[in-house]
Amino acid sequence: MNAAATRRLRVHILRYNPAEPEKAARFQTYELDEADGMTLFILLSELREKQDPSLQFDFVCRAGVCGSCGMVVNGRPGLACRTLTAELPAEFTLAPLPTFELIGDLSVNTGKWMREMSERLETWVHAKQEEVDLRRHEEKMDPDLADEVYELDRCIECGCCVAACGTAHMRTDFVGAVGLNKVARFSLDPRDERSEADMYELVGNDDGVFGCMSLLACNDLCPKELPLQSQIAYLRRRMAKQGTG
Amino acid sequence: MRVIYSDVLVIGGGLAGLRVAIGARRRGFDPLVLSLVPPKRSHSVAAQGGMQASLGNVIKGEGDNEDVHFEDTVRGSDWGADQSVVRMFVNTAPKAVRELAAWGVPWSRVRRGDREVIINGQKVTLTEKDEAHGLIAQRDFGGTKKWRTCYASDGTGHAMLFAMGDRAIAEGIPVLERTEALSLIHDGKRCFGAVVRDLITGELAACVARATVVATGGAGRLYRVTTNAVINEGIGHALALDTGVAALGNMEAVQFHPTAIVPAGILVTEGCRGDGGLLRDAAGHRFMPDYEPEKKELASRDVVSRRMEEHIKKGHGVQSRFGEHLWLDITLLGRAHIERNLREVKDICRYFLGLDPADKWIPVRPAQHYTMGGVRTDHTGQNPALAGLFAAGESACWDMHGFNRLGGNSVAETVVAGMIVGEFVADWCEGAELEVSTRLVQEFVDRERASLDGLCHGGSEDASVLRIAMQEIMTSKVGIFRDGAELQAAVDGLAELYRRSRNIGVRSNAPGANPELVTAYRTQKMLRLALTVACGALARTESRGAHFRADHPQRNDQAWLKRTLATWPDPLADLPTLNYEPLDIMTMELPPGWRGYGARNQIEHPDTERRQQQVSEIRERLGSAGRFAVQEALMPYEHLLPVSIRGRNERLGEKLP
Repeated sequence: MNAAATRRLRVHILRYNPAEPEKAARFQTYELDEADGMTLFILLSELREKQDPSLQFDFVCRAGVCGSCGMVVNGRPGLACRTLTAELPAEFTLAPLPTFELIGDLSVNTGKWMREMSERLETWVHAKQEEVDLRRHEEKMDPDLADEVYELDRCIECGCCVAACGTAHMRTDFVGAVGLNKVARFSLDPRDERSEADMYELVGNDDGVFGCMSLLACNDLCPKELPLQSQIAYLRRRMAKQGTG
Repeated sequence: MRVIYSDVLVIGGGLAGLRVAIGARRRGFDPLVLSLVPPKRSHSVAAQGGMQASLGNVIKGEGDNEDVHFEDTVRGSDWGADQSVVRMFVNTAPKAVRELAAWGVPWSRVRRGDREVIINGQKVTLTEKDEAHGLIAQRDFGGTKKWRTCYASDGTGHAMLFAMGDRAIAEGIPVLERTEALSLIHDGKRCFGAVVRDLITGELAACVARATVVATGGAGRLYRVTTNAVINEGIGHALALDTGVAALGNMEAVQFHPTAIVPAGILVTEGCRGDGGLLRDAAGHRFMPDYEPEKKELASRDVVSRRMEEHIKKGHGVQSRFGEHLWLDITLLGRAHIERNLREVKDICRYFLGLDPADKWIPVRPAQHYTMGGVRTDHTGQNPALAGLFAAGESACWDMHGFNRLGGNSVAETVVAGMIVGEFVADWCEGAELEVSTRLVQEFVDRERASLDGLCHGGSEDASVLRIAMQEIMTSKVGIFRDGAELQAAVDGLAELYRRSRNIGVRSNAPGANPELVTAYRTQKMLRLALTVACGALARTESRGAHFRADHPQRNDQAWLKRTLATWPDPLADLPTLNYEPLDIMTMELPPGWRGYGARNQIEHPDTERRQQQVSEIRERLGSAGRFAVQEALMPYEHLLPVSIRGRNERLGEKLP
């Protein structure tokens, strides 16, 4: 470590507990010393242990793979666990992801939203043959195609794309980039036997792919760097063709 | 009192729990899943490198089958495993991977023709068969004779959990997200469900069911340095322990993974070494061949972790401001391979270390990784003491890992156990009427409410302080190298913390979930569990698998070929009660011997030689009748499996009869 003095961080956290509606939403300021390699996971854990046991937030894997800790860091949605304080100014704000139901402080109910989206878009393989003989060889798949499916399968449902989406702020039923990416993923998967017409039923409307205004903050902010811009554009072209054809 | 009824209450929404729920649903029962977090955020998601199943599709997997997988797993366990359960597992693993393929997991696939790989630090060209093109691919992992680990890049757990989670949604399985079980409802003979707490509102309810399944994963957070997610606090283990009746098996068997990054403790997959990565010391020297000339970096995890710590103790560690570490070098694999097959590793290095692993070495040191011990069950997943209580996955001890789990066998176990236990749970439900006294349910709810009230109006102890002290003791005294004096100090220290934990008080009275209250009640449970680990380790005066006693360095089959069973019958007691369950060598398919790596100095059991003679005689007599006949004669197991998942597995070189 170089000889620079330890920074004193000032963190403004948006506080609100729906169980205490009489206390209005407010920013509360905490101060603490920065440590080497400090992430927002370490910072918030320390605040809760040492300064404010009532502070609510969500972490699970703390390794950037589970999607629990999406929050708005200095105005940008992102994963808190892999955000290093060294990349932030000494004074910054934390707020919960908008558009999701607030549980308290920085904790939002992305799980409920994602389950509803999955039920609506039926985000699972629809196979004609329900039962496969598990003793026999698996169906073959082209190795490149398997990699392409994996690429879109990497979504962790963190909700950053939804929180950053202009349409999602206006249309509560918009499926978001996360939903459109799922449709793209299952369309690409040869094991899913749904047709273009089936997919059009799911997203061929303003709550689906035609609701996207191409602002594309989703693409800029996706923590897994999914190719959302190209996938949404491609899906829109296909759905427009399906709708007019 | 709010009571929620279902047929099968599954506590835990990871791979094992979801697969049990799906199995029960497919048999016509109503499952209900409780999950601390949305199921797709469970720790199963963090498994990177892959799932072992002896498909043998790649050229380096040629000749692989259940027999080889069986032997690797038993050797890995240091003969602590239940060999019948291992047989059930290895025969079901290929079916599990194929089921997941049908459900949408984008397994990486074999490409026909030549490809360049790194083996033992050298470039080698492999030629994959035409007929394998498009089948599921396998990579190399530690402690295995063949390339057996199926994978989806290095996001295998993620791909599996999302396919499983979506399958559960497709089956309409309800999940109570952000709900925690506080205690199991039971009458000392039978389990009737659990008292649960809503982690949004703080409200209590009773979930009553014919069968209750603990599938809550590991207990890594007993330790300060662990690869486990923050929710892996061993609460499911503690729920069973707190019944006073159900036993936990082999809790002293704790795995330390060789390659956690320093200082964050985040895992980088064994696939790094499986794909050809090397371990290096401060001088840049590749040291593993000096210790393990046969398996080198790919000995089992317990062995590699011990060798790394040994090498650091000899003064070869790299000094850093976060303490000493060693290097994991994957630069030799090349950027293209890393960006295709090790991309999560690349992300972790980029975000948490600020380095590119295609150019630079990764700082690593062993960290707590896996809990071999768990809720003791028979081969059906049911606890022998409490009827209707089942367990599956990492929180269970049925017991397929013994004293050391092989890499790639954990996610494999989750789905295999889910398939098997799901069927047995359904069988149980077919015969089990739900007769429970509402008074009993009310008593359990009242007890939990009184306990929470007690914490809210409690004493002066701060749960966070006690928890940090516990984690420090576990990491420093109940770690990779153990000895009697240190373990005694650990037990004494933990017992003192446990006594203090009776005086925990919660400062915050915020309505709703109240995170401080959550920490408080979990810490009391975790301390009992930590004591169970430490007491088991202190009592076991031998070295086996991941349990290494510097003062008893030999594996002692004569005195210790037995499973630890820990219970906590008296809630006012300060320590658990330990009992032991012997393993019978005379029924083993693979009698105890040398593992093929690590130390070679066990104290033999008198039965070993006798059984070895029997086994040799059977192999000689039936060898020409084929491997299935030999296996059947050595240790019949197929009758133990549910009928629906019996049967052989097709391979390129092995057609179905």
